Parts: sequence; structure tokens; C-alpha cells
Amino acid sequence: MNKINIIGAGLAGISAAITLAEKNYECRLISAASSERAQSVMAEGGINAALDTMGENDDPIQHFQDTMKGGVYLADPNAVYELCINAPDIVKHLCSIGAALRIKDKQPILRNFGGQKKKRTAYAKSSTGKILMSALIDEARKYEVSGLIQRYPHHELCSLHIDNGICRGISIIDIYTNAAIDLDGQTILCTGGMNSLFSGMTTGTTINTGDVTAEAFYKGAELANLEFIQYHPTTISIPQKRCLISEAARGEGGRLFTVINNKRSYFMEEKYPELGNLMPRDVVSREIAKAKQLKNGCGRVYLDMTVIDEESWKNKLSDLRDECIDFLNTDPMKEPVEVSPGIHYFMGGINVDKKHRTNIKGLYAAGECACQYHGANRLGGNSMLGALYGGKKAAESAAELINEGCFAITDKIQNTCSSYINDQDYTIDKHTAEILKNALGIFRNEKKLSSAYDTLSNLCERRTLSERHKKRLVLARAMLLSALNRRESRGSHTREDYPEKNDEKFLKTSIASLNGNNIEITLRDIPEMRGNANEV
Amino acid sequence: MKYKLIIQRQKSKTDKPYIQSFFVEADTDNTTVAAVLSMLNSQDELYDSEGKRCDKIRWECSCLQKKCGACAMVINGRPCLACDARLINLGSEITIQPLKKFPVIADLMIDRGILYENLKEINAWLTDEAYADEKRNDILYEASRCLQCGCCLEICPNFYTEGDFFGMAAMVPSARILDELNDKKKTALKKEYSKHIYNGCGKSLACRDICPAGINIEKLLVNSNTIAVWKSLFLRNK
Ligand SMILES: Cc1cc2nc3c(=O)[nH]c(=O)nc-3n(C[C@H](O)[C@H](O)[C@H](O)COP(=O)(O)OP(=O)(O)OC[C@H]3O[C@@H](n4cnc5c(N)ncnc54)[C@H](O)[C@@H]3O)c2cc1C
Ligand code: SF4
Ligand code: SF4
Ligand code: FES
Repeated sequence: MNKINIIGAGLAGISAAITLAEKNYECRLISAASSERAQSVMAEGGINAALDTMGENDDPIQHFQDTMKGGVYLADPNAVYELCINAPDIVKHLCSIGAALRIKDKQPILRNFGGQKKKRTAYAKSSTGKILMSALIDEARKYEVSGLIQRYPHHELCSLHIDNGICRGISIIDIYTNAAIDLDGQTILCTGGMNSLFSGMTTGTTINTGDVTAEAFYKGAELANLEFIQYHPTTISIPQKRCLISEAARGEGGRLFTVINNKRSYFMEEKYPELGNLMPRDVVSREIAKAKQLKNGCGRVYLDMTVIDEESWKNKLSDLRDECIDFLNTDPMKEPVEVSPGIHYFMGGINVDKKHRTNIKGLYAAGECACQYHGANRLGGNSMLGALYGGKKAAESAAELINEGCFAITDKIQNTCSSYINDQDYTIDKHTAEILKNALGIFRNEKKLSSAYDTLSNLCERRTLSERHKKRLVLARAMLLSALNRRESRGSHTREDYPEKNDEKFLKTSIASLNGNNIEITLRDIPEMRGNANEV
Repeated sequence: MKYKLIIQRQKSKTDKPYIQSFFVEADTDNTTVAAVLSMLNSQDELYDSEGKRCDKIRWECSCLQKKCGACAMVINGRPCLACDARLINLGSEITIQPLKKFPVIADLMIDRGILYENLKEINAWLTDEAYADEKRNDILYEASRCLQCGCCLEICPNFYTEGDFFGMAAMVPSARILDELNDKKKTALKKEYSKHIYNGCGKSLACRDICPAGINIEKLLVNSNTIAVWKSLFLRNK
């Protein structure tokens, strides 16, 4: 029986590994750093599931509807439907493995989160990701001891061995010793977002470079919806990065305001009376960006958390308060905090079907590196859910082919690992990030996007680049081309030159593929609703 | 303000350590050791305080906001997280060393693999469904917060990598399991707990004051000791 390779040991990777181990299948869990260092431990606010424990008559259908609407109908409805139907069981399973979610009468307590009318987000103060990861790491340990899960905890992926449309195996490098290792087998990618394209400007970790996404693209995997980048409305600047002020702060009553003519203007509440500060993230980020530019305005936006009661601070947000005091020397219980939108999540990524298969046989993707569930804008609390469920689905799909013999590296192809040693080029990263930030900000237009594309193309030709950076720049250019091609505004993608949504032409998935040296962008129909999903 | 970083470096596992200094400028009060290490590495060429060109400094980071434990090192003699160490609190000459209880990979990068081996050895996993009892929520939460950074082991007089005593980096995660395990199934973990934690700990609690996550180690320790040791002693004597 063939071992399955899983790259990435965050929520998606661990979920895949445990799913395989429970079926008695062996896997290798490979990650650049141990699970404790994965971005998943940073997730704060919570995980969504229509458990309806708060007496609000919630159900998975409403979760489905909110997710589709939040994503402006760009996600595969069949996949989203399955995700939402399965969400309650996923959260119950987390409780059953002792994840310290906040509970009452043995049921998770749920909180409000953006873009959703019902309380649907299970949480553990503002450290939900850490708490889930701790329980899952312990669960995985059981199978590590029995030998079903084999960890490679300081190993980076260098190369996917793909020929004739089949993924035969991988090459990885041991970061500690620089030793290269070739491994046969089907491969599940769970390597998170593309942070290195926006180096120093995201809320996430430095380890999620997006290099694996770039390598997959380079070797023929399709990428989807790259233009959709979530700006989280409320972030603060800390050394070298943006730091998130969790949406939970608004869920618990925090209010956004700017100052116009010396008077506070609660612009979200004024414009959107129903959801107010809890509108979906794309809307809030745009409104903040606009509020900062108001005539007579102070040019700044603040989050007033002084209205949150002491009880909520103590039980739900204590870690958030510590963070503000630590990083800003501001006690949010006493003073408003200045906030701005910051890059937080990549809705786009490796294109997968409902079963998390890519267009390459034996290659799967799940979690933030994959494009699934979130459409044009992700709802808070849906990504941990999507990572856990996606990891499970990918593992189940790989298990279906477990006995096929074709997943072996035939020709020990050129081993590119040595080129991955000491190849960091921070200057080029900084440069790329500046260019992309200008072009792929909250408001975009043809001029900015094309000029960024040209500059990057020139850069590729001018400089001698390492393998890693060559691929990164191809990925960056694919992102720009996807954004250029979508001549409409939808979800997180706002075009100043095409301010309206255009369903007729663009209610479609953007697909990027590499043909020789050419990046091609096409639009593909979104799958029709089938079966049960069709009835809602 | 200008600072001098005095860094203990080492080319590889087998090379000898040496000291090298760097001058850095910090623009804000918030600047951390992690920030200046990144800044040094992000230059096209790196020069030391004597103007000598040198290799980039190897160290680990991930979250840059105290949530992942990757960047633990010894700064001015004290184990801590580089992303939590503000230059302004450290004086104009700052010494930086790798955690010394673990094998050095290169420079400030260390191999903390032993932490995971110890957790395996102690049986830190659930064998049954958890109770999900809200009275225990706080203990479970606190026990889930360990970063596996290793700072507590660095400071602990009784921990060394080949030793039988596993320290608080093993106690904290196993506190969750001890609290949740069904009584009948607790035996293996209880036995390992007594052997690898209870018996070796001098209870000075130096570890508590150093833990960068501010975990309430004392509370977890009392809880776990009660479950693993005192309760069984008491029951046996009855
Ligand atoms: C501050 C913050 C708060 C958040 N809050 C929430 C929230 O409240 N709710 C919610 O649902 N979501 C939240 N998110 C988003 C969520 O945390 C992530 O989308 C999710 O955890 C992604 O999980 P993952 O398994 O896909 O990836 P990750 O957890 O990022 O794991 C990626 C793994 O891939 C490995 N890896 C990366 N590159 C390589 C490589 N080249 N070679 C080998 N291994 C590699 C890494 O080492 C890591 O193990 C938040 C994110 C941030 C940053
Ligand atoms: S109490 Fe003392 S002996 Fe026990 S783990 Fe802490 S530092 Fe070590
Ligand atoms: S107990 Fe604290 S110091 Fe020790 S490993 Fe865990 S987080 Fe680090
Ligand atoms: S980088 Fe994560 S704790 Fe410092």
C-alpha cells in the first residue's frame, strides 16, 4: 500500500493525516516547521457551525445561504452545501477530542461574526485556532506513536514530480541538514496562503510563502480566483507585519468610527442599520478606506471597544486586550484603537473540485492554499471550518486511489533541491510586495494593474533570479492578470473602472494556467447546484 | 537609537560557536529583537560591527506576535521570545544566544525535537471521548496554550535533554489529557507523569515566571499532581 504525502501541518494537513490514520492508511506529514508554528494557531475569533445552541432557529441551510451570499455566489454551491451540512459534526468532533471551546450544558456557546445574522461561531476566547490545534496535535500524536503518521517537521517542499498529468511523488529538503529526500506517492497540499508576495504586509506567518502554490502552478496545476484577496478591516501595525484585531471585538459590541468636524461618525451603523459593524469584511474594509478619505474627516478610523462589558473582556477577549496593551501601549477597555484594513486571507489558490482534487491525478489541495468555499469573500470563521473539512475530503479522495500503482517517481528527475539552499532574496521580495500592494489594494484599476504587470515582467527578464523567486514572480503575474481580466466589482475585488457587478459575464471562476511560458486566464462556469443543494 | 547586538553564532551543528556583533538602528519604541534580526537579514549584504562581510543569521520565526514559540532564544541571559523582546528594555548592548539546552542547528536555530519525543513517551493523547464539562473549561483552555517554545526548560535546573525529567513543556499539554481521560484509562499517563514530571520537579516555579505565554503553570501543576499522584496515594491509603 502506498503512503500518502501531506505537505503542511496546520488544520488542513492534520485533519487529512488523522482522516487517513483513522482508516488505517499511512501518511507522511511534512512541514517547514512543527504544527505549533503553523498559521492555524493564530486564528482567533472562532469556527462556524449552525449548531443552534443559542435558541435562534439557526440551521445549516442558513449557514449555506450566508456563505454563498458573502462570497457573492462565486463558490461551488455543492461544495459549500456539504461544508455547511457537515459543520455541526466537525465542531462536535472537536469537542469530543477535548478541544477547549467555550461550552455550556455540554454544548458550544456561539458568538456573532461578520456577514451572518445568527450566532454561529464557536470559540475559545480569542485563541480558537491555538486551542483546536492543541487538541488535534495530541490526536495526531496517538497515530505517530502507532506509526501511521510519520512526521517530517522541518522539511520544505522543493519539487512536485508530475508527468503525463499524474503526480508521482515529491522532493523535499531537510532545513536542518540540507539533505534532499525523494518520496513517492499521492500528495495533498495544505501549505496555506501566499504571504511572501506581500512580505511584511499580511496578518499571517512568514512560513506560508506560497512557494508550493507557485511550484504546483509551474508544474501544470490550475489556480483559481487569484484576484480575490481579503483585506481584514481591523488591523494594526506592529514591527514587520499587520496584527489582527479580531472580528470578535465587533461581535461583542465594538464600534467603528471616524471623526468629522470634531464629531464622531459611526459610519457603518449609519449606512448599514441591520448588520452595522458586522457587515462582511469586504464591505467594511471598503467603507473604512472611504472614511479615511472623507473631506472634513480626520483621515483616521478607530475601533471603540470601550463599550464592551467587563464580563466579555474577561471571558471572551482577554487575550485581545493583552495584545493591544503589549503592542500599542493602549488599553482598549479605556481608549479607542486606530485601525486600518490589512491583507488577511487569500480566497484564491489551487483549483480543486468538490472532492479537493486538482486537475492533476494524485494531487490534492486543502485549507488556505486551495480555492474552495469562500468565493469572492470569505466569512470569518469559515476558513478553519473549510481547512478541517477540506483536509478530510482530500484524504478521502486520495484513499480512493490508494491501491493504484502509478504513484511512483519513475525517472529520478533532476533534483532541484540544492537550488533551494540559501536562496532568499529579500530585495526582490520587498520590491514585488510594493508593486503588488499598489496594484492589488482595496481599489484597483486597469492602469495600475497593467503597469504593475509590466514592471514585474521586466524584473523577471532583468535580474538573475533563483528558481524560487522565478516561480514567485510567475505567481504574482498570474494574480495581476486574473485581476485585470475580471472587469467588474465583486466581493473583495473592487475595480474603480468597472464599479458594477456583472453576472452575465463574470459570475464565473477565473482559472489561471501556465502554457509554456504563457500565463492564460480563462473564465469557467460555476458548477450547477445538484441534489439536495438544489432544493434550497 | 543605536544598539549593538552581540550574537553567539555557529555555522553548523559540528562547528565551534563564536561571537559576532552588529550595529542596528531602531526607529520606534516598539522595535523588537525579531524585527532587527529580520532587518539585518534583509540587506543585500550583511556586515558585522567591524565591517566584515558575513553570512546571514539563521534563526526561526513564524507569527511575529508571540503565538507560535518559534523565535525563543536567550536575550541578555534570559530565555524569551525575540518577537516579544523590545530593544528599549534591553540596554544599548544586547547579547543574544541560542537556547542552550537544545542542539544548535546553526546560529540561533535549535532542534527542539526532544519536546515532541517526550510528549510521545509520556502518552499525551486521549484514548476516549472527552467529557466536555464546563467546570473544567478553564483548565483545558490553559493547558492548550503551551507554545512548545522551550523557555521553561532552559531555565529549569532539573531539565536536560537526555534526562528523565520532562519539565513543564510536557506537564502543560498533559494536564489537558489528565483532566479529560476516563479514570480507568488514566493509568499509563499517570505512571509516566509521576516518573517524568512529578518526581523530578523541585517546585521552585522559576518556569512560571519565565513562560512567555503567561500560562498559569502552578494551577495546572496542582491540578495534575492531584489527579496523577495525590488522589491515588489518598485512595490507596484509605
Ligand atoms: C491572525 C489570524 C486570525 C485568524 N482568525 C481566524 C478565525 O477566527 N476563524 C477562521 O476560520 N480563520 C481564521 N484565520 C484564518 C485561518 O487561520 C487560516 O486560514 C487557516 O488556519 C489555514 O489553515 P491551513 O491548514 O490551510 O494552513 P496553515 O495553518 O497556515 O498551515 C500551513 C502549513 O504548511 C507548511 N508549509 C508552508 N509552506 C511550506 C513549504 N514550502 N514546504 C513545507 N511546508 C510548508 C507550514 O509549515 C504549515 O505547517 C485567521 C488567520 C490569521 C492570520
Ligand atoms: S518548578 Fe522548578 S524544577 Fe519544576 S519545572 Fe519549574 S523550574 Fe523546573
Ligand atoms: S510552558 Fe510556557 S515556557 Fe514552557 S514551553 Fe509552554 S509556553 Fe513555552
Ligand atoms: S515568531 Fe511566533 S512567537 Fe515569535
